[in-house]
Amino acid sequence: MYPVEVVGLNKSYGKVRALNGLNFSVNPGEIFGIIGPDGSGKSTLFRILTTLLLPDSGVALVDGFDTIKDYKKIRNRIGYMPGRFSLYKDLTVEENLKLFATVFNSDIKQNYYLIEPIYKQLEPFSGRRAGNLSGGMKQKLALSCALIHKPSVLFLDEPTTGVDPVSRKEFWEILSTLSKEGITIVVSTPYMDEASLCTRVALMLKGRILKSDTPADIVKSYTRELYSVKSKNISGLLKDLKRVPEVKSVFAFGEHLHLSLDPGTITLDKINEIIIKQGYRDVYINKIFPTIEDTYMLFSEEDFKNGR
Amino acid sequence: MAAEIIIAENLTKRFGTFTAVDNINFEVSKGEIFGFLGANGAGKTTAMRMLCGLLKPTSGRGAVAGFDISRESERVKANIGYMSQKFSLYEDLKVWENIRFFGGIYGLKPDEILSRSERLLNVLSMQEYAGSLVASLPLGWKQKLAFSLAIIHEPAVVFLDEPTGGVDPITRREFWELIYDASDRGITVFVTTHYMDEAEYCNRVSIMVDGRIDALDTPENLKARFGAQSMNEVFTMLARKAKRAD
Repeated sequence: MYPVEVVGLNKSYGKVRALNGLNFSVNPGEIFGIIGPDGSGKSTLFRILTTLLLPDSGVALVDGFDTIKDYKKIRNRIGYMPGRFSLYKDLTVEENLKLFATVFNSDIKQNYYLIEPIYKQLEPFSGRRAGNLSGGMKQKLALSCALIHKPSVLFLDEPTTGVDPVSRKEFWEILSTLSKEGITIVVSTPYMDEASLCTRVALMLKGRILKSDTPADIVKSYTRELYSVKSKNISGLLKDLKRVPEVKSVFAFGEHLHLSLDPGTITLDKINEIIIKQGYRDVYINKIFPTIEDTYMLFSEEDFKNGR
Repeated sequence: MAAEIIIAENLTKRFGTFTAVDNINFEVSKGEIFGFLGANGAGKTTAMRMLCGLLKPTSGRGAVAGFDISRESERVKANIGYMSQKFSLYEDLKVWENIRFFGGIYGLKPDEILSRSERLLNVLSMQEYAGSLVASLPLGWKQKLAFSLAIIHEPAVVFLDEPTGGVDPITRREFWELIYDASDRGITVFVTTHYMDEAEYCNRVSIMVDGRIDALDTPENLKARFGAQSMNEVFTMLARKAKRAD
């Protein structure tokens, strides 16, 4: 039995198709990433899986229970951290945690070991009202509250959005620890680099799953040849390379450009020649393996060309 | 006007006993793209609010576009543009209504609004969408439109607070092309981001830790100094030292 199974799931808001025929399943103990920008349907999917929203059609099962018929059973066994801070601002840190434990017929002690690494950092502020916590501490409290009843599946909707890179890294280390405790985690993020920290991912765009697989297999489906290009005048080079007809795409990637070609259409020497003819010096070109972000961009380009 | 468009001298802001911004010093020159990085809670937003004339410094001095941020905050506001991930456009107004509204509050004349709105819609390839409600546009388009409106009055400086958060990877890059175009026209760009690849696109980058600026240089020099391969590594090394709880 899959902790999460979704078959032909659809949801529209008026004319907007928020979810368009989703199919995927999550294996026990996985960290399953829903990767996509704002507006791709991530939160709608989370609301359906957590039984807060009814789909128009299709089936969604959590631990084998139907999100429509068995919603009460699902609510008892999952943990959910919504994208927007939704704890009680007028209650203290400790009161919030106690409330969530009590609602699930548990107490703070029973599963304290699970939240200890996170909650320890909050304990000096246990008497502070949740509304007066900093962003990072609010996030840690929300995670503690979602975990205190030891859920079988933990749903985290964009837990790292707007969070700095160091805190993001720490948050993912916590997720990896929880996953080792046997908790299945479904987590959404707009940051493509976080995909590589998941067991498997679904890449979402405009209500559809472009691809679902392990991060390693997703980048294998990148069909073009990919090169990194470095030069002093990177913005000029970007514009000039875009004009070369054989160049399929060229994007800035930090201090490099990533340039893609269809295999066999043009040689690297020829590209080099064009660049040098245009007056660029100290140009370094290397063949590279694509990242999830390269692959996502290729899929979304193809998606656009297919008129979707 | 001096070449330095933004000046911060011993700029400090305290809230009670808490020093949010602790004696920061820097200068940003005309047309520069200045990346303002830091961990959550490091004091970036407070510093930015002071530079925009929205918050009075406790001590120290700041000047933007030649105007003192404490004494001439209204003149500062008239000479800057601002956009963030959270506040950008009026969703219930149409695209052209937003253009007219922002043009109006930035003091443009009706004929200027008309000519600039044509150019703006042309650059964004959005002519067909002038009559669409902003709420109906994809996020990436909204953010590009919001940026174009934040500079519709050709301000000396534009402040961008996490402008690309949640934006898809292709649009995020198109957004940066708009930033480069603005910088080429002489507009100074002051930008915060949590995407470290975007830090590499800046001419210079400062990194705030616990209210102070711990590093300020070109991305190239920062990487060399810290022996790092990427700005992500530089950021991690500095931000790990932070003592403030967040």
